[in-house]
Amino acid sequence: MDAENHRIYSRARRRFTTSPVAKHGHLDPPKPGEELRVTFIDKEGEEHNFEVARGDNLLDIAQSEDLEMEGACGGSCACSTCHVIVEDEAMYDKMDEPDDDENDMLDLAFGLTETSRLGCQVKMSKDLDGLRVKLPSMTRNLQASDFSGAKKS
Amino acid sequence: MAVLGSGPAGFYTAYKVMSSIENAVVDMYEYLPVPFGLVRFGVAPDHPEVKNCQTKFEEVASSPRFNFIGNIDVGKGMPLASLRDHYNAILFAYGATKDRKLGIPGEDSVKGIYSARDFVGWYNGLPEHAGFVPNLESGEEAVIIGQGNVALDVARTLLIGVDEVRKTDMTEYALATLSKSRVKRVHVVGRRGPMQAAFTIKEVRELLNLPSVSFRPIDPSLFPSSVTKLPRTTKRLTQLLLKGSSIPAAKAQKAWSLDFLLSPTQFHSSGTGSDDLSAITFGKNSLLGPDPFDSSARVEPTDEEVTMATSLAFRSIGYKSDPINGMKDLGIDFDERRGIIPNDGYGRITSLSSDGTGIPGLYCSGWVKRGPAGVIANTMEDAFSTAEAVAEDWESKQPFLAGGQGWDALKLEADQRGLRTVDWNGWKKIDAVEIERGKAKGKPREKFASVQDMLSVLD
Repeated sequence: MDAENHRIYSRARRRFTTSPVAKHGHLDPPKPGEELRVTFIDKEGEEHNFEVARGDNLLDIAQSEDLEMEGACGGSCACSTCHVIVEDEAMYDKMDEPDDDENDMLDLAFGLTETSRLGCQVKMSKDLDGLRVKLPSMTRNLQASDFSGAKKS
Repeated sequence: MAVLGSGPAGFYTAYKVMSSIENAVVDMYEYLPVPFGLVRFGVAPDHPEVKNCQTKFEEVASSPRFNFIGNIDVGKGMPLASLRDHYNAILFAYGATKDRKLGIPGEDSVKGIYSARDFVGWYNGLPEHAGFVPNLESGEEAVIIGQGNVALDVARTLLIGVDEVRKTDMTEYALATLSKSRVKRVHVVGRRGPMQAAFTIKEVRELLNLPSVSFRPIDPSLFPSSVTKLPRTTKRLTQLLLKGSSIPAAKAQKAWSLDFLLSPTQFHSSGTGSDDLSAITFGKNSLLGPDPFDSSARVEPTDEEVTMATSLAFRSIGYKSDPINGMKDLGIDFDERRGIIPNDGYGRITSLSSDGTGIPGLYCSGWVKRGPAGVIANTMEDAFSTAEAVAEDWESKQPFLAGGQGWDALKLEADQRGLRTVDWNGWKKIDAVEIERGKAKGKPREKFASVQDMLSVLD
């Protein structure tokens, strides 16, 4: 996202809400000494490290940091667009089990793994300090450049 | 870029193109005065959380590089050729406007058979269905032909207590009709088995959890014997279907069933001068190998038939896109059989008659690109892949259309043609009045169900 867009979207984000949606764009910073560390690994493999507060969910964190995570339903567990993959199985096991609603949505997610979760349903806690999650590629298709047969003439 | 259609496909593609190509300007054309396509007119009223994607669309629309041009029907009021002369690219994202028909005797002549698409559009306030009035008082049985999520939406609407949806944005006239419904039993019929059904687990679970509604258990022989060995998604759905509902039939006020391996062959009327539906005959099918439990397994007809008595039926076997007038002149050879615009899989529109090379500057996304299936998340992914193709072609200096002044030029033509357009501010005014109208009834909004009423807000 270029700088101008960043400005446009982050400004608009605070201006309009419809039915209840999770807050985006802004999270309170953690209190000194209570920082929890979380790492997002984007689809290019780049790592993004943040210090966040207890109770923040992964969707809100990603959106407030302008990572590429959609959260189309506004964090209400009604879509699969905030799908994340927990890197470490032991860390995944520390989380509360996903409920039926979350699993029903994960079933529709592309690239589902054994340690997949919806970002909107994972809240940071002391147990999850140091959590590392991967963002799956959002497009199902191969990159267009891999598909030379259909290139424009 | 001109975008035709303002549903999720149009908005998500616009968003990604605007964020990938610096200074890209998007003019979005919509035939209705109001935006959001199936988010407004398709998503069930009792699924308001699914509509939260509108927040994103609002963000996109707030950009100074975005124009909404509502109430212009490209191909009818405004020729497609006029757009071609004023843009670098045209994105077709107008979705699937028709529904598939069964093509069996009685479908058009017998009364009491409705299209699920019409029914959904009707309860959601789609203006073209203003005159549609389903008769839900003719009997206690309803048969829905098709087993996708639209079929389950229709089933839920018939089974849920009307008081459960009074606080949604379902139109008042639909609530009035539903409150008089006599329907007690709903049969959702598919031509294949449960392992091939198109519905998704959330929609099934919702129906199974409805209070006072029982579910007829499914014949276990339709499932593979070792459920635990199935892949996760199939396993969870199978376990849910086998578990069924906890409400015993004796205690339920209404009931539903999933009926498998049945293809309708004829609609019957009661005869003696009446055109009213009385029964539907189905041919029984059997699943074919090599693995009859595979999701893509096919069926073949058997000699057996079954007839269900009913006075109400819904056809829900899928939507279908239609071509737009003037497409041929742009070199687009609409694929009537598949109901899509031929494209390279990434959204570059290709000509059927040529060797599969793209037509410069023409793109598609959403249901008109890949067919009418999937949830909003699928359309989002699909829209992003089209947007990536647009951005990649632009960066690599592939040929596009000649470009021009976009809406600035076309506005003059629209004025000359006497077309009344609605911009984003106009929509926001309509939006505000709809929300206000809903407030008194505790609803998120009371939609205007006619174009005239929408426009009268702006007079």
